[in-house]
Amino acid sequence: MRAERVIDGHASTCLTSTHNERCDGISSTPKGKRAGMDELVRLVQLAINGTAAGCIYGLVALGFVLIYKATEMVNFAQGELMMLGAFFAYTFVGMWGMNYWVGFALAIAATAAFGYALDAVVLRRVIGQPQFAVVMLTLGLAFIFRAVAGAVWGYDSVGFLTPFTNKVADFGGGVILGQDNVSIIVGTVILCAVLYVFFSRTPLGIAMQASSQNQLAAYYMGIPVRTVFSLIWAISAGVSAVAAVLLVPVSMIDVNMGILGFKAFAAAVLGGFGSIPGALVGGIIVGITEQFAGRFLPAGSMELTSNIVLLAVLIVWPQGLFGQVIRKRV
Amino acid sequence: MRAMFRTSYAQDLLLARSPAAWGWYGLLMLVLLAIPHMLGEFYVGEMAGVFVFAIAGVGLMLLIGYTGLVSLGHAAFLGIGAYTNAILLTKGVPFIFSLPAAGLLTALFGVLIGIPTLRMSGLYLAIATLAFGSIVGIVLEKWHGLTGGFDGLAVPTPAIFGYVIEGRTGVYYLSLAILVAVLLLAMNILRSPLGRAMVAIRDSEISAQSMGIHLAFYKTVAFAISAGITGLAGAAYGHYTNYLAPDGFGILLSIQLVTIVFIGGLGSLHGAIFGAIFISMLPQAIALSRDSLPFGLGRLPGLEPSLFGIILVLVIMFEPAGINGRWLKAKRWFGEFPLHRRAAFRRQKSYAKSERLR
Repeated sequence: MRAERVIDGHASTCLTSTHNERCDGISSTPKGKRAGMDELVRLVQLAINGTAAGCIYGLVALGFVLIYKATEMVNFAQGELMMLGAFFAYTFVGMWGMNYWVGFALAIAATAAFGYALDAVVLRRVIGQPQFAVVMLTLGLAFIFRAVAGAVWGYDSVGFLTPFTNKVADFGGGVILGQDNVSIIVGTVILCAVLYVFFSRTPLGIAMQASSQNQLAAYYMGIPVRTVFSLIWAISAGVSAVAAVLLVPVSMIDVNMGILGFKAFAAAVLGGFGSIPGALVGGIIVGITEQFAGRFLPAGSMELTSNIVLLAVLIVWPQGLFGQVIRKRV
Repeated sequence: MRAMFRTSYAQDLLLARSPAAWGWYGLLMLVLLAIPHMLGEFYVGEMAGVFVFAIAGVGLMLLIGYTGLVSLGHAAFLGIGAYTNAILLTKGVPFIFSLPAAGLLTALFGVLIGIPTLRMSGLYLAIATLAFGSIVGIVLEKWHGLTGGFDGLAVPTPAIFGYVIEGRTGVYYLSLAILVAVLLLAMNILRSPLGRAMVAIRDSEISAQSMGIHLAFYKTVAFAISAGITGLAGAAYGHYTNYLAPDGFGILLSIQLVTIVFIGGLGSLHGAIFGAIFISMLPQAIALSRDSLPFGLGRLPGLEPSLFGIILVLVIMFEPAGINGRWLKAKRWFGEFPLHRRAAFRRQKSYAKSERLR
């Protein structure tokens, strides 16, 4: 209405449309193959592109889930944290000319520090207020982040070269994929392995699990629950920074890329809000569904896919894939 | 907020707090009726905008402030109401039918969204309404045959029994009438068993359920009423802007609507009005101060949404009772002027409440 239209509900398609172009660009298989084989290869590539997009959704959803499991807050600014991570990486690599890997690590560290500060300064104060107050608080934060990012880095789309940009990986059998997509999938797998080891093997990870299961008991065992919660925010912000940097080869960085967070909601709900493997599996399902909807259904259905998946899951199967059925006790 | 001494149960059922309150409301009403004869076109138009936001604010206040459910897709209901009213008017349906139809159809959509999602925790409603909002936004854009897509849709001038409602003054009186009707409806709902059930659900779902309140039913009814009132606001909004474009009903508008409720003060109808005044005046205030702010701050492109964000964050952190809370505090401070106790409004220390199985 009268407000300046800074956010545009449908700006997020840049991620997926780039996928399509690239997919069309490299899917021309050598001549002489049969048409059926061709079609199969195309489907496989579609599925893998979808998986790559889904991994990004899954990582952002993982951020939601980590925070939700620990603090019962839902961070509607998760997509904006990802956007900030992308801009940090752009600053280090694109503007200051650092090595890609150094910039990657610094971007994760910077975003994680930001997440820690965010919890310590803002979110810790609203503990005990109703859940929807936190929802509105994080939505307000999302608007602030967007405006700040716009003021600092401008409203134009930017990007930088990565080792994976515009390279292909040949898997034989006519399946040729962009290294960018492969790097997303491999990066997600590595990150998940690291997180798994962290949460199940290290003392800090176990302390985090304990405080998310029962705050009071964790206090009694001498765990500094507040610091642990802030650290969880840091990890969650760091994970979204990883998602952001992995996303750079396939999508431009701009102020509105945080809208991708809404698709990650679909992923988290599909996985049963509160389940870490569920978030990733949900993300991949949403990503693949979206690719196939974009290919086989009329135009515009791609933008709707994640929202329709979300509503359908809520209606038909509210506990999701890995959700626990929880009954309240008085 | 302020302690009220109740001397009889009948007092709980009164529409307004005291006879004096009726006097003040009547005076306000007289002033509002006289305003178009005293102020210029511009101000009358702005006031009509405030009324439109206030109608939607009352609808959302019933949901957020009194039932404790948050919806992030109310712009979609506003859009459905606006388009229903405009399309019916274009088809030649008289305004006295198209306006209620807009409200009823929107309420129906509210039921459709509410039935599946309201059985779960309030969080799911927020997420589901967010998804619903963006689906409706895309449908309004793509369904060219019905909504005209990006070409927009001109809203015909309404007429009631041959009396044509035109110009800013007409829209002013129309939205004022709808607002008064909606406020009376809301006040009456709040003193009925339905309103009591809603407040009980907000305060504790478990205890409400143990008192025999059917949670899903009452939540769905509250959601439908809220959506229906927002649909009426949408119809008024259509006449206010005269022209509907599909991109006006996005998430930014949804968040503005929720901001009305939060800034105004949760759990009070006065708050919805205060919030609507605030939200409508903010763009004007920004426009006026655009050139006088230092460092070129006024020319930043994202100034308005970020100001919404900052104000929302500050209100939630430091004054959860909103403008209405401030107003009550100020009133009390003057009421007991020399003897004001600082602890009168001190917030209690609050602890995290878990909704999980323990």
